[in-house]
Amino acid sequence: MGEKIATRDAYGEALAQLGRSNPDIVVLDADLSGSTKTAVFAREFPQRFFNMGIAEANMMGTAAGLAAAGKIPFASTFAVFATGRAFDQVRNSICYPQLNVKIAATHAGLTVGEDGASHQSVEDIALMRALPNMTVLVPADGVEARLAVRAAAEHVGPVYLRLGRPKVPVIFGDDYSFEIGRAVRLREGSDVTLAACGYMVGPALAAAKLLAGEGIEARVLNMSTLKPLDGDALLAAARETGALVTAEEHSIIGGLGSAVAEFLGQEYPVPVLRVGIGDTFGESGPPEELLEKYGLTAGDILAAAKKAMGMK
Amino acid sequence: MLVRAETEARLQEKAKNIRRHIITMLAQAGSGHPGGSLSIADIVTALYFAVLKVDPANPQWEERDRFVLSKGHACPVLYGALAEAGFFPLEELKTLRKINSRLQGHPDMRKTPGVEMSTGSLGQGLAAANGMALAGKLDQRDYRVYVVLGDGEVNEGMVWEAAMAAAHYGLDNLTAFLDYNGLQIDGPVGEVMATAPLEEKWAAFGWHVLTIDGHDFGEILAAVEEAKKTKGQPTMIIAKTVKGRGVSFMENEVGWHGKAPDEKQTAQALAELA
Ligand SMILES: Cc1ncc(C[n+]2csc(CCOP(=O)(O)OP(=O)(O)O)c2C)c(N)n1
Ligand SMILES: [Mg+2]
Repeated sequence: MGEKIATRDAYGEALAQLGRSNPDIVVLDADLSGSTKTAVFAREFPQRFFNMGIAEANMMGTAAGLAAAGKIPFASTFAVFATGRAFDQVRNSICYPQLNVKIAATHAGLTVGEDGASHQSVEDIALMRALPNMTVLVPADGVEARLAVRAAAEHVGPVYLRLGRPKVPVIFGDDYSFEIGRAVRLREGSDVTLAACGYMVGPALAAAKLLAGEGIEARVLNMSTLKPLDGDALLAAARETGALVTAEEHSIIGGLGSAVAEFLGQEYPVPVLRVGIGDTFGESGPPEELLEKYGLTAGDILAAAKKAMGMK
Repeated sequence: MLVRAETEARLQEKAKNIRRHIITMLAQAGSGHPGGSLSIADIVTALYFAVLKVDPANPQWEERDRFVLSKGHACPVLYGALAEAGFFPLEELKTLRKINSRLQGHPDMRKTPGVEMSTGSLGQGLAAANGMALAGKLDQRDYRVYVVLGDGEVNEGMVWEAAMAAAHYGLDNLTAFLDYNGLQIDGPVGEVMATAPLEEKWAAFGWHVLTIDGHDFGEILAAVEEAKKTKGQPTMIIAKTVKGRGVSFMENEVGWHGKAPDEKQTAQALAELA
């Protein structure tokens, strides 16, 4: 612990590494290669890197064509533009024909910070999760991000990989093994379950520690695959802990919280409280201050956990 | 056109103040986009202090001219001009990009007095300007609509959809500027995505096209006048500019697209703009 790495940095490295072993990997970017870190790949494999300029829709369409011709394209830009600006291209040219395109979107969520609401995707998971054939991955740290990039390349079909701007603490050790569709238990507990993804896994672990101080044992689940959802892990959590809190750096509409509530509502109804961004856009400000203002801290998770337990 | 010496001097002074605001604002914010703000400082100054019919005391005045900053990341120049014009206190500039501020990292029409359109996602401002121009025609109002696009921004397909529509509807109450500074984020425009020849492209889309020096007030004002006289089609003013103009170490440097100057750099920049 102590070490911090941004998931976008892990992506850049992993992508270049993949490029060395697999000549079919090609990369597209939309004038943000320095920020998305595809520049690392571009420097090493200029022939297999295509800067499409500030033209996200065209980038996704081109990626679809590259995939149709046998390549494994990774298309990168900020999450707002990848999912919003190019939504119909992702839907109709990538997901509908089930093409093997990997959308690796960086700068997701509020932690974009000072650029403000126009650049903070609060709805990208909802959009991507609603698409048939799409796999949605939200890694929690650099280690998991690196492994998720590999898994995405090996998986046949469209993948949405949600990555962040800020450096985040390393959670997993070098022995961690990542598998699409599998939630990972980071802490055992039987009083309540904290199911988190991405940036919010850190705060969820911190909340569990605070709860333990009050004699409450919280199970912590890392839900890095949002789709397909790990139903078994959720069922076990519902049965064995009786209440869940979800935590995500995303709107409470359509993201992890929705996915969990939708699933358990049908399969095993227990209280599910959602910690996330309310039905609102973000704003400019330092990431830490924004997380505080929009209710995405360990304290918010802790309060929700107590409330959920009271609803059992 | 020759501008009266007095007008020219007044605009030079304003532009210098606005450039100083840009530097100070970004230094205080610790992030933001200096290059593309400085490259359009003269155009925005000319618009707010010699062209636009606006009333800072009544930002929603129905007859006002509209200005849309399509390349929204350059909003420090807009905030500087709006504050100089009296839309809000100069004092407020130091809140740029801070939490709870009215001055967002990209323009927000619901937060900032005088901001006509929320932008930041590139390529969308021209369509919004078209809408304002169409409404002006429907309502038989005399206001004119101005919009500034980036030369990287025109990579976006939507810009060309809007270009087609503006000519199709004969929007002669619309004047666009293209900030031809030659740079986007990943490098020179020609290397990232070749967009030239721009004059021919806009002309082929049905626009009246003028090319000017975007740092020459005489040329800027003359082009605006010619646009006003042009009937039946929109006018595109391709403005040759220098990204980072006015601060020697920022000029033509791609690295100054989106970062704030540190203390030393700020002092040097302000000294050059004295
Ligand atoms: C749709 C969209 N894609 C990407 C970005 C990120 N971005 C911000 S500024 C910029 C480059 C803009 O270049 P240009 O239009 O030439 O602006 P200027 O040189 O005037 O600063 C990019 C890619 C964005 N804001 N919107
Ligand atoms: Mg440019």
